[in-house]
Amino acid sequence: MNAVIDIFASAGLWAAVLRIATPLILGTLGALLCERSGVLNLGIEGIMTFGAMIGWLTVYNGADLWTGILVAGLSGGIFGLLHAGLTVTLGLSQHVSGLGVTLFASSFSYYVFRLLVPVAGTPPTIEPFQPIDVPVLSSLPFLGPALFTQTPPTYAAILLALALGYILFRTPLGLAIRMTGENPHAAEAQGINPMAIRFGSVVVGSALMGIGGAFLTLSAFNSFFPTMVQGRGWICIALVVFASWRPGRALVGALLFALFDGFQLRLQARLSGVVPYQIFLMIPYLMSIAALALMARRARVPQALMQPYRRGER
Amino acid sequence: MRFERREHRSLALVIATPVLAILCALALAGLLIAIAGAPVMEAYWRILVGAFGSRLSATETLTRASPLILTGLAAAVAFRARLWNIGAEGQFYLGAIAVAAASSHLFGSLPSPLQIPLLLVVGAAAGIVLLLVPLWLRLRFSVDEVVTTLLLNFVAVLFVSMLIDGPLKDPMGFGWPQSQPVADAAVLPKLFARSRLHIGLMIALVLAVAVHLVQSRTVFGMQSRAAGLNPAGAVFAGVPLGRTLVTVACISGGLAGLAGAIEVMGVQGYVTTDLSPGYGYSGIVVAMLANLHPLGVVLAALFTAVMFVGADGMSRSMGIPSYIADVTVALALISMLTGVFFTQYRIRR
Repeated sequence: MNAVIDIFASAGLWAAVLRIATPLILGTLGALLCERSGVLNLGIEGIMTFGAMIGWLTVYNGADLWTGILVAGLSGGIFGLLHAGLTVTLGLSQHVSGLGVTLFASSFSYYVFRLLVPVAGTPPTIEPFQPIDVPVLSSLPFLGPALFTQTPPTYAAILLALALGYILFRTPLGLAIRMTGENPHAAEAQGINPMAIRFGSVVVGSALMGIGGAFLTLSAFNSFFPTMVQGRGWICIALVVFASWRPGRALVGALLFALFDGFQLRLQARLSGVVPYQIFLMIPYLMSIAALALMARRARVPQALMQPYRRGER
Repeated sequence: MRFERREHRSLALVIATPVLAILCALALAGLLIAIAGAPVMEAYWRILVGAFGSRLSATETLTRASPLILTGLAAAVAFRARLWNIGAEGQFYLGAIAVAAASSHLFGSLPSPLQIPLLLVVGAAAGIVLLLVPLWLRLRFSVDEVVTTLLLNFVAVLFVSMLIDGPLKDPMGFGWPQSQPVADAAVLPKLFARSRLHIGLMIALVLAVAVHLVQSRTVFGMQSRAAGLNPAGAVFAGVPLGRTLVTVACISGGLAGLAGAIEVMGVQGYVTTDLSPGYGYSGIVVAMLANLHPLGVVLAALFTAVMFVGADGMSRSMGIPSYIADVTVALALISMLTGVFFTQYRIRR
């Protein structure tokens, strides 16, 4: 019991929580935006992998870190175009198209990485984002080192969650996106172009996924290795349901999730040898499943999610 | 651009689609090979030689195709009923570890003719169990099974890793995390001497035909298709949706578990966490390339196996990363999706 209290009382845990949560926040917001417009995007796992790879590669070749983020976002947007072309224009099964994008994006990432980076004993590294101290706040006891000494993308992700919440619920654009996800026919009757809204949402949402992946290589770690995304994309899809398709709750959900993850990492260190480490590694996935089971019925799904929209066809 | 439904689909179009999709994927992958600075035609030639150039490589390709036929069937059967089983990878591992455990602790002393069928059933059962959990979550709590089956893949591999690091660890494995080997009597007979090709291929082919017959000739086959085409309509027409889906899940999970069983009994003999080079995920592509047709699955699995085995050889001699095989297969999936669309719709001017 003392061990548990010790872990929660350490500033290191809380600093780690924000770090672990950042890619989840970005990925969840991306998936949430797509789904709000009515398109399920299962390409997320692959898009995050590609973002992680291309962001790292850009910086490795001499560009600065923000350019790496930008390139990761752009490439995510391109995969979004592919997914939107298949699901919005052609109206194909969103499940299958998303899986296709994931399989393609991840294998393409490995191919490009292997082609351009020679095999070496230790993977090559870059100089990642450094934590910046928020003036005044970072000198607070405990809270300072815990919450206000993060890398810039973490602060950006939190602001982004608030911004997306504002856009979705307080602006005409947000209303158009939500309406397209609920009832594209009604949206069209209001003079909204549902195809354009869906295309835009999927592209921007996918860009966010790419950036979420890039956070892994440009801020959390400093090198790229295959399978580094490790199911984070799928966890984001579960978090969207957990958040009932609301950006604010997505932020809270990602932080809660990261809290458990950070906690189990520290508990694992203390219990090594007593409990097999694999048990701890299973927890995030089992937790996502539990969250889905808990929330799936209660959550209000966008009514037109996964329904292709064709003009004049019902 | 607007699309209109085609009134009828010609058989030629339906057969041409996968061929065109594969050619299209090969052309795109050729572009990637060219960008890497290698001669494209020679690369493809090397892939063919790598997959069929010798007796050894040809049997190796067929050995690779065997689990792919089974995971492909697993996906095809489920997708047809719109049960999105993306968990074949986890079901594969659970089938494999169940077989290793049962052979080394329960049935190890039984003679082959008894032990092998018993172990195949055990492997299939383990796969079924892993799929029934997400199906229960879907029927009981309406949880989308795509994400749950996917997440369970990670859980299953970790579970296997835990077992081969603990209770099932091979004491003779020099400290490596690998399971105890299956008993000698559990090793699947080889089809030819001096090759790894085992009777798993025959099992897979027979099951492909069996699945085809079940789907085209039985009431259950009709019901599972109806459940996929229009679930609400199927219920209205008196199809017991829940029961149909449970049966579909048993077939699908069972096939994926069986794939793991034959891989461990036919090829490696023990379980490690890299037993599968993504057979479960490739099975999804195989099923889509076959347009969910059980007999088409056999051909699609063969194509996929050729790419994987051939690319290994090509990669070694030309310095192109062997991941090109994965890229080509994924591109084939995307082209096939688009191709199937244009067999159903035409562009209206």
